[in-house]
Formats: sequence, structure tokens, C-alpha cells
Amino acid sequence: MVDVVRGAGGLVPAAEVEDVELYHPKSWLTKYVFCQDAKVIAIQYSLTATAIGLVALVLSWLMRLQLAFPGYFSFIQAENYYQFITMHGMIMVIYLLTALFLGGFGNYLIPLMVGARDMVFPYVNMLSYWIYLLAVLVLVSSFFVPGGPTGAGWTLYPPQAILSGTPGRDWGIIVMLVSLILFIIGFTMGGLNYVVTVLQGRARGMTLMRLPLTVWGIFTATVMALLAFPALFVGAVMMLFDRLLGTSFFMPSLVELGQRSQYGGGSPILWQHLFWFFGHPEVYIVALPAFGIVSDLISTHARKNIFGYRMMVWAIVGIGALSFVVWAHHMYVSGMNPNFGFFFATTTLIIAIPTALKVYNWVLTLWRGDIHLTVPMLFALAFIVTFVNGGLTGLFLGNVVVDVPLSGTMFVVAHFHMVMGVAPILVVFGGIYHWYPKVTGRMLDDTLGRLHFWVTFLGAYAIFFPMHYLGLQGVPRRYYELGQTAFIPPSVATLNVFITVAALIVGAAQMVFLFNLVRSLSHGKEAGGNPWNATTLEWQTPQTPPAHGNWGKELPVVYRWAYDYSVPGADRDFVPQNQPAIVRSA
Amino acid sequence: MMDRAASSTLGDARARPPGWRGVADDWSSDQRAFKNVSWGKVMMWIFLLSDTFIFSCFLLSYMTVRMSTTAPWPNPSEVFALEIGGKPIPLILIAIMTFILISSSGTMAMAVNFGYRRERRTTALLMLATAAFGASFVGMQAFEWTKLIGEGVRPWGNPWGAYQFGSSFFMITGFHGTHVTIGVIFLLIMAHKVWRGDFDRERRGFFTSRKGHYEIVEITGLYWHFVDLVWVFIFAFFYLW
Repeated sequence: MVDVVRGAGGLVPAAEVEDVELYHPKSWLTKYVFCQDAKVIAIQYSLTATAIGLVALVLSWLMRLQLAFPGYFSFIQAENYYQFITMHGMIMVIYLLTALFLGGFGNYLIPLMVGARDMVFPYVNMLSYWIYLLAVLVLVSSFFVPGGPTGAGWTLYPPQAILSGTPGRDWGIIVMLVSLILFIIGFTMGGLNYVVTVLQGRARGMTLMRLPLTVWGIFTATVMALLAFPALFVGAVMMLFDRLLGTSFFMPSLVELGQRSQYGGGSPILWQHLFWFFGHPEVYIVALPAFGIVSDLISTHARKNIFGYRMMVWAIVGIGALSFVVWAHHMYVSGMNPNFGFFFATTTLIIAIPTALKVYNWVLTLWRGDIHLTVPMLFALAFIVTFVNGGLTGLFLGNVVVDVPLSGTMFVVAHFHMVMGVAPILVVFGGIYHWYPKVTGRMLDDTLGRLHFWVTFLGAYAIFFPMHYLGLQGVPRRYYELGQTAFIPPSVATLNVFITVAALIVGAAQMVFLFNLVRSLSHGKEAGGNPWNATTLEWQTPQTPPAHGNWGKELPVVYRWAYDYSVPGADRDFVPQNQPAIVRSA
Repeated sequence: MMDRAASSTLGDARARPPGWRGVADDWSSDQRAFKNVSWGKVMMWIFLLSDTFIFSCFLLSYMTVRMSTTAPWPNPSEVFALEIGGKPIPLILIAIMTFILISSSGTMAMAVNFGYRRERRTTALLMLATAAFGASFVGMQAFEWTKLIGEGVRPWGNPWGAYQFGSSFFMITGFHGTHVTIGVIFLLIMAHKVWRGDFDRERRGFFTSRKGHYEIVEITGLYWHFVDLVWVFIFAFFYLW
């Protein structure tokens, strides 16, 4: 982008929207607890999500211990293992990643990046967090109800989810479904805010095609969530009725413990359709914000404009749209008309096109850039590698004939952990290292950051790479112990121990990260307003951390896109979005 | 690449090029994607889009279980018949309910009109009329539920066939009835505010501390019309099919 001076009218039209008045907190309670400031809500969301995420992390340790040393731990019985699996999956996907990306990053970054004072409806935004917290508390309560949490697997497939014999059948499943319903209600309140803020609350000059890709990613993911969560909501309501009222939406007639059950005529496959109509878009609800954030990290830390911005935007929107027509690829082994299998395999593989396009564009952004290997950049690079790895195994699993033998094995576990577990979490870390200085005014410790990065990155590969191999060996997933089988070689047990040790180490590295977060709050290096010399608006606020209302007296005016790095002829190697065109006399 | 985006923000909105390009430029221009549409109205539209997915999922699920069950599906014309003058008249109550709900959309539309004319008493009265229609709809639904429960219909079974008949009936009409009830409560609150003249004086909201405007009548109306429209689909797919 070269500065071009246009006519006397300037690049920015007159204001169409007057400035908004904000609710000003009157007491400590409305300032820090029931706060309507999106930035505080973002931090509340992030801390809650991190706390519940730690629970899921501990659950994964327990599962790994059981897999590596079956029989050693008397407190891990088969039913406990299934409860751990269920809670680990549900917490990580919904209560951690979705909440952290949309509620955490979305709340903090959207108003700042689009140049707004706050979300459009701060009060509703506040409610969103408190309902989310309630959902989390309800979820946690399932550890304390009689029978413990549900052990139906995170997909909660009926009929087993509500039949006796499944752990947590009495209380756990009810608590889980209620928690999901609450989460969806809370999320909808926040999600409407994010979407309307991006559509209607932008600063003067902030056109859609000048939005940072972070905002595009979070925006598209939120729209998707608003359309995908209804399916889960409906499914959860219906399963709750099946369990509590004895309706038979998902329940065929069957024999339960020698008795003919009261149910009859329902469709278990219906739940799978509803669940995956939510579940597949959910993958991209988590991935698209990661795509957006990683684009901004790479561009900033490679001091180069993002390659193919317009293509990147269309790829995000295209992936979002396509992800609604691929859900049945999770159901190949459920049995379906071969024509449907063909259709869903085709649409699934088509998604590889926009995603590959994004990967090429990231690589081309790095190409001949002035790459600074800062901690956020390391995480961004690690994301690209990991996402490609996870994506490639997705090409295997997208094909019906390859999926059918692999579907029940550890290969699938390896695939989805790489692509929607490790990859987005790496971006979460990268994003936190990148924006922590803006949130707190201090830098995170670099040495601890690098330690955290290398252990996490290499450790994640030590955990999940061997799992592909285990899967190809035929090691089934969902089994709490393997026992003696003819087809699984004994070396698998050794590999399982290796994976578990790696998992424990990676988990411990996260404690280093948490320590860093807390310690840097008071001991970190003073960051200043714009430590990374970034162009986007959040780095141009008058105060750091930004005050309530973000911008002081006047809203920013945007004159350029978000990626004016290393512009030839400019004084510095970045030009902030709110810097007017430089008039040259020549 | 960025040139076109930049030139589209030159001068005022009216200077944008004609045709599709103008549409695209309008959409992607700064500040607002939807010109002259307030935040609240956009939010309601997007909420309704999300809610559409909820009702679509409910209706599709009902159709799926209707196909999956092997038991015969009760005939809605017989189940939803009222005996009047010794003769069963099919769907008569549902017809009246539908008529009432659609009429309430008429009074709602008039309320919006009078709201923008700032005739606050007429507006409030029309909103109250709408709420009364809505409440009578819910009342008739309660009557219908009572009658069916008296005849032995339960969420888990009924005397005539597929379990899923009762399940779907109570779930879908219950969910829709909840929407109508919320709408009635919202209408009553807003009618009260209109009557008191909050929107003439731009009185601030209790929770949000935002200034109130007559536009909220229209936003309430959007929700109300949506609930009506959903009923038309429930009527067609559940009662007529």
C-alpha cells in the first residue's frame, strides 16, 4: 500500500452516527463485578474459561494415566474414565475454546479494533457473561451430584446417554443438558452484540474491507454460532424431555436390562444430525477466530502486509458457509445412503480449497518478511504447521472408505486434537502473549514464554503424533484399557506410557504460563502503548490499558487498511490505521 | 486492491456507483452495513434469524420422528375437533386461534404506525389490544392442552398411536406459546412506557440507562410478527398435515 492523496474531500466521509453515551459505573460493584465494559467482561470470560479449562486439563491427565498404567489407579474405574472423557471434551470445545475466542478475545478486541466505545448493548453483554458463569457452575456441579457427571461421551449419543448402565445417567446427563441450554442462551446474548457491533458500530472510515482479519474471523464465527447453536439447543431440549418426561424423540423401542423400555419409535440418528449440524460448524467457530488472529500476528511480527487480504476474507466467509453442509461426515459409520456419503465427502474435501488458500497466504506473507521470532510469532508459526498436519489427516477422514476403518481408532483422536485442539490453543497462547501488554500495560516474561512455547509445541507433537500410529495399528478410541488382544502389538503399551509422560510435561508447562501471567502483572516490563509497532486501532488508544469508553474524547477516524507495514517511503515501518494520508510535495 | 474500498468512502453515501457495485460498496462502507437501521433493530433481526433456526430444527425433528415411528400417526382433524351443536367440527379452535393471532399482527402494525406519529395513547391502546389478542391465544392454547390431557394425551403417549404425536405437540406448541407469552409481557411493559410518555421525554431505561425511542414499538412488532409467522408454519405442518 502506497499512500495516495485523494481529492480535497479526504478519504473519510462525514459521520453518519453520533457518538454514544456509556453507562458509567457508580460503585465498586458495577465497576468490577457487574461491569458493562466489554474489556472487563472479556477478562471475566477469559478467567472463567481458563479455570474450567484447567479442570479439563486435569481430566486429560487422569485419562492418560489410566491409558498408560491400566489398573494402577484404583480411583479410575471404567465409569470414571468415561466421565472424564465426556467432561474433558465438552469443556474444552464449548466452555473453554468457544467462550475464550468469542467471549474473551471477541469482547476485548471487537470494540477496540473497529473503533467503537463498547459493544452496542453493554447491559446485554454483561448478562451474557453471568449466564455463561451460571452454565459453568451448573456444569461443575455435575461432579458433585449422585452418580457423578455423565459418561455418555462428549457427543452424548442416545440411546446410551440416557439408559441405565451409562455413568451419570441419573443426574449427570440432566445437569449437562441444562448447562448446555444455559450456555447457548448466554452465548446468544453476547453473540448478537458482537455481530451488531461489527456491522453497525464501526468508526468513521472503517469499511468492512479495512477490518483486521481478527475481526473478520470472530465475526464470521459468531454468525455461524448463532445459526449452529440452535440445533444443539433443540437437541438438548428434546433429550431432556426424553430423560425427564419419558418422550421418545431419540429413543427407539429397546430392551434395557432385560426389560422392554417404555420408549419406542424415536430416531437416534436425529440426535446425531442435530448434534453435528451444530458440531461441525463448531469446529470452525473455534478455527476461524484462530485464522483471523494468526493472520494479524504473522503480519505484525513479519512486518509485512498480509498476502491476499481480500482472498483471506472470502476464504473465511466461504469456510463458514461450507461448514454448514458437511456435518454428516461425522456420521459415515452411522450408516447412510451412499449418495449422501458421496455428497458429504465432496463438500468436506472442497473445504480444503479455502483453507489451503489461507495457508498459502500465510506462508506468502512470511515470504521475504522481516520476521521477528517473538513469542506470539512462534505460536503463530507453530499454528500453521500444526493446522496443516491436522488438516492433512482430515483429508483421509473426509473420504468414506478411509474413514470407516479409521473412525473408531486413535487416528481420529489424533486428527481432531491436532486440528481443533492444539492448533487453536496455540493461537490462544499467541494471542495472549500479543495482547497481554495492551490488557495490563506490561509485557509477559520472554524467557518463560519461550520455555512455555517449546515445551508446549514439541510436547503436543510428542503426544499426538504417535496417536496417528496407534490408530493405524488399530488401537480403538473410547476404550479405558486395551487388555489382551491378538491384533495390537505389545509395543503399543510402551508408546502409551511415552504419550502420558509427554502429556504430564505439557500440562506442567501450562503452570509456567499461568505463573507468567500472574507474575508479569506486577513484575513485567512496562509495555507502553504499542510495543509491537502494530497498525491496528487497539494499539492506538490514548491510555494503556484502555479506559472505559476506549478512545477518550474523540472516536478514531480510519484512513487505511490494517496492514500498512513496511510501506516504502514512510517514516516508520508501520502506519497506524488512524494516521491520515501523508501529503507529499513533489 | 484497496483502491476500490478507499474510493467507495469518498464523499457521502449518495456518490456511490450504481448497480451491484453500489450495493457492494454500500454494504462494505464505513460505520454501518445497514444504513438508517438502528442497532436495536439489527439485533432483533439477527436474533429472529437465529430463532428461525430453532423453530426449523423443532419442525424438522418433528417430521423426522413422524417418519421414524412405526406406530400410526393420529389424525389431527379428529384429534383437534370440537363438538359444537352435537357435531364434531375439525380444527375449529385452531382456526379461531389462528385468526386471532393474525388479527393481532394487524393491531400491532397499526400500533407501530401510530407510534411513529407520536400518538401515544392510541399506540398504547393498540399495543394493549395486541397483548389481549396474544393472551387470548395463549388462553385458548391452555384450553386445548387441558382438553387433550383430559382425553389422555401425554408427552410419553396417547390413546391413538405414535408416542411422538403428544411429544411433538406439547413441545412445539409449548415453545411457541412461551414465545407468545414473552411477547405479551414485553408488549405490556412497552405499552406502559408509551402510555407514560417515556419515549416523548426520552426517559432512560431502568437497566440499560439508554434513552428510549418510539422505535422500540417497531422492534417489538418485528418479534410479534415473527411469532405469528412461525405459527403459520406450525399450523401448516402440524395441524393440517
